[in-house]
Amino acid sequence: MRLDALWVAFYTIVLREIRRFTRIWPQTLLPPAVTMTLYFIIFGNLIGSRIGEMGGFNYMQFIVPGLIMMAVITNSYANVVSSFFSMKFQRSIEELLVSPVPNWVILAGYVTGGMARGLGIGVIVTALSLAFTQLSIHSLPMVVVTVFLTSALFALGGFINAMLATKFDDISIVPTFVLTPLTYLGGVFYSIDLLPGFWQGVSMANPILYMVNGFRFGILGVSDVNPFVSLGMILVFIVVLAFIALRMLERGKGIRH
Amino acid sequence: MTNALEIEGLTKTYGDGFQALKGIDLHVREGDFFALLGPNGAGKSTTLGIVCSLVNKTAGKVRVFGHDIDTNLADAKLNLGVVPQEFNFNQFEKVFDIVTTQAGYYGIPLARASVSAEKYLKKLGLWDKRNTPARMLSGGMKRRLMIARALVHEPKLLILDEPTAGVDIELRRSMWTFLEEMNREGTTIILTTHYLEEAEALCRNIAIIDHGKILKHTSKRDLLQQLSVETFVMDTEKELSEAPRLQEVTCRINDEGALEVDVEKGQGLNAVFAQLDQLGIKVVSMRTKANRLEELFIRMVEENAAEARKNVEGVA
Repeated sequence: MRLDALWVAFYTIVLREIRRFTRIWPQTLLPPAVTMTLYFIIFGNLIGSRIGEMGGFNYMQFIVPGLIMMAVITNSYANVVSSFFSMKFQRSIEELLVSPVPNWVILAGYVTGGMARGLGIGVIVTALSLAFTQLSIHSLPMVVVTVFLTSALFALGGFINAMLATKFDDISIVPTFVLTPLTYLGGVFYSIDLLPGFWQGVSMANPILYMVNGFRFGILGVSDVNPFVSLGMILVFIVVLAFIALRMLERGKGIRH
Repeated sequence: MTNALEIEGLTKTYGDGFQALKGIDLHVREGDFFALLGPNGAGKSTTLGIVCSLVNKTAGKVRVFGHDIDTNLADAKLNLGVVPQEFNFNQFEKVFDIVTTQAGYYGIPLARASVSAEKYLKKLGLWDKRNTPARMLSGGMKRRLMIARALVHEPKLLILDEPTAGVDIELRRSMWTFLEEMNREGTTIILTTHYLEEAEALCRNIAIIDHGKILKHTSKRDLLQQLSVETFVMDTEKELSEAPRLQEVTCRINDEGALEVDVEKGQGLNAVFAQLDQLGIKVVSMRTKANRLEELFIRMVEENAAEARKNVEGVA
């Protein structure tokens, strides 16, 4: 395919994804907005006022970057895993398989679609947080790069999950039993300085800790880990997951007989 | 003339060890209206699935308008339009979006895709339904939607897997007319069908596949010439309770109460009419039995099954 045709194919996939999650906005856009508002009210206002400062900021300011990142991660992942698995389930994936779209464009289209939802939710949650606290940005480039790369990484993860899934249960196992615990234990609600030495070490093995802290550094200027190490780790994970996803597409894992 | 499709030594063995294709060769000329016939599980859908990249082949070569699917898959796909057996679109999307999105996958910008989508949705009687979610369409409309989607990028080869399954007679006839028109305009068409009447009415060349092997690959005319017996259906003035005894021909009463007479090639009908006249049976109308191809098909498949049984017994 020529370059202009590839571009058309790419934005067709992206637009289709955006059309999908905006069409079902009560399932995709509204729930994270409601959940995050509850987090702000309960953890930020009601409980947070009794906790006092964390990392030199009031508790609400401390948790806002983590909550934004949590929303971006879960929605980037959820969009791709549910959309791609639904296409497999309804067999509408065949529309793509019979067409001349190369595998890397299919992957890029779905990942961008997932990022569109993840980042869109990120903007909504950020706007909501402004009703509860004031945010000043320490480093805009760090904020943008971290949130974009993290969103891409989890969209890739959702894609691989969807390729491997054979039933609807399979697309909820990873978000429920892997993603949620790692996010909650990834320093969204606390600084790992509060943990005993052993658990600090264990926390360092959690990749989400690096993403949350990289983003927190961009907004607040404080982090439990070196923000550049965070970026490096995210990039390495992206390369590895993209390679795995492309290999699966080439082999037709779960989509070709 | 170029071949629209060339298949050489195509084999497919599924993960469970089932060998669906046992080295088939097939060619379809450009401009042809071609039927791939066979009983359920014969290998029709696997063959077409490999051509359309929905099934991975085990070995063999496939070329679409000279483009090898191993080395030039994108160009092969650009020439292909596919109408699968099962509905495979997103049921929640609107008709127009389904068709234009498919065009987008072929690199056609929305403005041009919209024009093409309008053309085919109008031709297939779906323009009024363009803003309707696909799940709201009737079965026949869904089939036509898949045809419009397959044609939106103007492919040179259209592959239809059981396109009229579950479609009423009137709609089936209108789809035949549409497909004949497409073929006249230059689109090569390959179809699989269970309705042999459909293949007989539409196709010029035919391949019969069974147990992963091509049993016959020839023109419809040559195939039909192999029929040594032709069956005539005669409606009689009075309904007959049993078939009359006629010399030199066999006859029977069919399910509709009409008289069916098997006449060997070269044998005249005068003697038949003379005998019926003597028996006081008045024939008010007569036609040839339409599904001649069906008789050949059944015979070939039965012969193939008998041969397979013989081979198995020989091995045992």
